[in-house]
Amino acid sequence: MGEQGQGQSPGAPSDGGAPAHGGSELAGFVGCDETIERLYSYLDGELTEQRRLEITRHLDLCGPCVGAYGFEAELRRVIANRCKDHVPDALVKRVADALTAEGSHQAN
Amino acid sequence: MADQAMFSDLAMEYMPALYTAALRMTRNPADAEDLVQETYLKAYRAFASFELGTNLKAWLYRILTNTYINTYRAKKRRPEIADVEDVEDLYLYRHLSGDQSPALGRSAEDEALDRFTDTDVKEAIESLPDTFRMAVLLADVEGFSYKEIAEITDVPIGTVMSRIHRGRKALQKALVDRGSTRGLVGAGDKAN
Repeated sequence: MGEQGQGQSPGAPSDGGAPAHGGSELAGFVGCDETIERLYSYLDGELTEQRRLEITRHLDLCGPCVGAYGFEAELRRVIANRCKDHVPDALVKRVADALTAEGSHQAN
Repeated sequence: MADQAMFSDLAMEYMPALYTAALRMTRNPADAEDLVQETYLKAYRAFASFELGTNLKAWLYRILTNTYINTYRAKKRRPEIADVEDVEDLYLYRHLSGDQSPALGRSAEDEALDRFTDTDVKEAIESLPDTFRMAVLLADVEGFSYKEIAEITDVPIGTVMSRIHRGRKALQKALVDRGSTRGLVGAGDKAN
């Protein structure tokens, strides 16, 4: 798992690297904007441990953000579940036959 | 080094996933079947170069993706528009929660999602331009990591991330557009 949160994305308006609030005690607290901006990377498990903890801490305290997080997670499940297609039996046979033919062709 | 005799035993189980991706990419069953067969033949011929113990599913997807780009996409006369418009964060969520109090709306939005059919989701994905469609398919339907998708599609990981994020937003826009047409999404929402 790599660091994906350092402004590599041309689509991201800012890298949000600096905490919204100054001061060492509050360093590491992130706001709603940064949480929403990093939501996909968070859901994908693509943040560093440090950033993941920062977002988790925000979600623990923020109802609207946790609502958005729950929705995006559910949407991911819906998309994956709605996108299943049955493989035609004829295709399975066609591929198996093609591989057999290819194998015997190579053996000769 | 991998032995061709093992190929079928190892590779055939991935056909449902490859077929689904092929259908979304080609958008038609006849081309999807040809693409899957071509992928298996190429993989079989190249199997000696596959390192056993590495990610066979990702390797097969790489062959599928390259075959699609080189064969099927090249057949099209008109190049696809290579970009998607910028869509704001949480686009679908905000549209589905349009008429409700955010505090009460959460389960209602999840329920609203259930009203989208398989066809809604498949056609929304198929409406995306190639690069975004592939990124969303590989990430959300197949569950590959950013690093795996970078290897499959042969682009830098930062580009992968950008395509996935923007592709997802474009997909949400496509779902909202379909949902509005079918009356699943309220017109008087607060998202615009």
